[in-house]
Amino acid sequence: MARLIRTEKEVEGRFEEVWLVVEEDPLQQWPAGPQSVVGRPAPRQDAPQRVRGEARYTADIQLPGMLHTAVLRSPHAHARVARIDLAPALALPGVRAALAPGEAKGLVEEAEFAGAPVAAVAADTFAQAQAAVRAIEVEWQELDAVLDPEQAVERKEFTAEPSTYERGDFDKALAGADVVVESTYRTSVVVHNSMETHQAVCEWIGDTLDVYISTQYIWGVRKAVSSELGIPGDKVRVVCEYMGGGFGSKNDPGEYTFIAAELAKRTGRPVRCALTRREENVAAGNRNATIQKLTVGARGDGTIVALGGDFINAVGASGWSAMTDGPMQMLYACENVRTRRYGAKINTPPMKAFRAPGFVEGTFGLECLIDELAAKLDLDPLELRRRNHADANDGKPYSSKNLIECYALAQKHWDRRHEVRARSGDTWKHGVGMASQIWFGGGGPPSYAWARATSDGRVTIVTGMQDIGTGTRTAMAVIAAEELGLPVDRVEVVLGDSSRGPYATLSAGSSTTPSVGPAVRAAAADLKRQILEIAAQRHHLEERVLDLKDGNVVSADGNLSQPLEELVGLLEDAQILGKGARGPNPTGMSVLTFGVQVVEVAVDVETGEVRVERVAAVHDVGRIINSLGARSQVEGGIIQGIGHTLSEARLMDMESGRILTTTLDAYRMPTIADVPEIVCEFVDRPDEHLTSLGAKGLGEPPIVPLAAAIANAIRDATGADVHELPISRDEMLRALREARERAKERSKEPVGA
Amino acid sequence: MPELTINGQSYPLDAAVGTSLAHVLREDLGFTGTKIACNEGHCGACTVLVDGVPTLSCITLAHSVDGAVTTIEGLRDHPLVAAFVRTDAVQCGFCTPGQVVSAAALIAANPDPTVEEIRHGMAGNICRCGTYPRIEEAILTWRG
Repeated sequence: MARLIRTEKEVEGRFEEVWLVVEEDPLQQWPAGPQSVVGRPAPRQDAPQRVRGEARYTADIQLPGMLHTAVLRSPHAHARVARIDLAPALALPGVRAALAPGEAKGLVEEAEFAGAPVAAVAADTFAQAQAAVRAIEVEWQELDAVLDPEQAVERKEFTAEPSTYERGDFDKALAGADVVVESTYRTSVVVHNSMETHQAVCEWIGDTLDVYISTQYIWGVRKAVSSELGIPGDKVRVVCEYMGGGFGSKNDPGEYTFIAAELAKRTGRPVRCALTRREENVAAGNRNATIQKLTVGARGDGTIVALGGDFINAVGASGWSAMTDGPMQMLYACENVRTRRYGAKINTPPMKAFRAPGFVEGTFGLECLIDELAAKLDLDPLELRRRNHADANDGKPYSSKNLIECYALAQKHWDRRHEVRARSGDTWKHGVGMASQIWFGGGGPPSYAWARATSDGRVTIVTGMQDIGTGTRTAMAVIAAEELGLPVDRVEVVLGDSSRGPYATLSAGSSTTPSVGPAVRAAAADLKRQILEIAAQRHHLEERVLDLKDGNVVSADGNLSQPLEELVGLLEDAQILGKGARGPNPTGMSVLTFGVQVVEVAVDVETGEVRVERVAAVHDVGRIINSLGARSQVEGGIIQGIGHTLSEARLMDMESGRILTTTLDAYRMPTIADVPEIVCEFVDRPDEHLTSLGAKGLGEPPIVPLAAAIANAIRDATGADVHELPISRDEMLRALREARERAKERSKEPVGA
Repeated sequence: MPELTINGQSYPLDAAVGTSLAHVLREDLGFTGTKIACNEGHCGACTVLVDGVPTLSCITLAHSVDGAVTTIEGLRDHPLVAAFVRTDAVQCGFCTPGQVVSAAALIAANPDPTVEEIRHGMAGNICRCGTYPRIEEAILTWRG
């Protein structure tokens, strides 16, 4: 029977209460450890298409008569369009339509950052559209621009009300602490730079709009487009079969979808609107910069008694103020915590979610601070973390937590530090650092899946989710194959089309596997139940003695073993259909992911060059579904983190607010030559309270602790405290100078002082 | 009319002078396996072979091509494809055809490259998902 309940839903650290219909009884979890299919290495089912260049991305969609769009963007950080004349653009060859500010959602009259879209032109070719945009006559009225986040906070210009949090009595606890460390940390803007830029192709067929889009959320795009255009949801079909990366930046339709939809309506032709790489580096979202003023107070034995922080998120013209303060509130058992978080609204390009938004930045600050405390107390940083382990999340029990187990698995990597340090010479210093990871990743309802068995004994899973490159398509096949006792190559997953499957959640917040996976298992279980009912009647046996195994219907006594295709083959063209839904998360529990990373670095103290030589990652994300794909997620997160930590800096001219790094030679992402040795381990223990899978998400956790672990390894190698991301040579040399000054001061102090 | 030889076949080159090879391959001839990710020669996603030499097709003028072009479509049965699949050297896959083309040139010149040679030969192909360790493994074990 369908049960209506009220439950909590979390995405990227933001919670809301939702109504949910629970449709079936929960299934028993599988035993811990690898099963027949689940937990074993499964090559991606769609890998051949992607590797061979056959996969069709939005960038590859070519519809007959398709027009191309170019967008006019503001050259000013804050300006109003005083006058605009599209006529010169419309007069150029190949130009079919143009949109002025206000004529499509996202085309603005008042530009709040340099790069904000204000007008658009559709033409037969992209080159014609670009030429036409240059011909648009526009007069700008420049307005006051605020580019400095601290100035915005002073002026109380926020994207949302400041967020404050307090437990215990921070001031009193700090006053009573034996040791206090205060430090300020800064992190810079980093850009997603997905290989496929943000883009959509829109085509009207009668009153239905087809949207081909590179997106992390086909159902979210469907809802946003239908709501903006005032048409029913089922009149918007959103397709994303393959996409070239998103990392959080493609959760919504963006202005390009609305521009393409409006231009398609006006011209009666399909229209592509795609950002160029240079536009991508300006207008497609970013991980915002932060300023974190942090304080920790501890007793002499290392017990942390007070944690406090003022966090400024330099959000930009739009976006949200992510939980930079989350790690400080959640990672340690400290009784007295006070945080204040400000989302500064400034005239810079917009923030969009980027792989564990807020927690990546906040963990850098907090975990560097904890290591500075360890240095001050002369305590082993790993031991300090063990001593302050949290057994509950602000009074709430965890659905599962194996951080202590992560520390135990990391011990052997940590123990290498004496040997690593001993490699140091006069110029190159070697050291080892670590940092812990906490993040969400439990997913939640709703999500749905259908399962279809055909007479050839194959099964198709249909669900309206998307695979943004993380391998979720394969994870779903693995789950269904396990439930159905089938080899994984007999399960196909159809996804990425809102008109060809039920609702499934977005691919963000490490939520696809824990959200959609249980729905897929439920659909497969429903299908299996029906298959066994049919088998029971066919063979005059009781259902309870029947099972599906290795592609056969088998009886408990071993007398029956019939290939599945033989049984369902009886039905010829008839099909057996199962359906499944995602149930609620456990009530009153915190569903979180944990981990620890141990990093080995080498630092050239003369030039400030930093090399990451080895990263050992140990994560606790519940049950592992596909061990091959899981390792790839960890490696990918770490490599992206190395870029954020060492080389990626999005530079802005502080006078004009214009972005200076708009190309991939200026904005330096890691290449294969920058990759260290990466060791990846999992606790791989199902979360017994979380769904029928006990699996959490893994997309984000690996990037969370890396920057702090690198900074802490640098301290171990050189004694220098780096306080800024990226750790440029300037920052490294500054920290080295500061460390030398400190050492000089200390040597001047009288003995015994 | 000038012609282009692509994957062993001859095609008339019917594009305006100044058109990039990547544009001709993708838009005019439908070889969409060649991806354009930056369109200015920085990322390697558009890599094709011209007489076996890795070439950035997005900054190569179609009319300046003097040699036989091989795209990912001409390498679909290359053992590297199976190696990339087996080792999970693909996530979103947008850069992957370019990676395979570069890797094919690398092992054609040097069938048993060292890790350092792989890193040198493949450093021009950016992968934002970070599949590099898998790519390295795929190339080291391309024979299967």
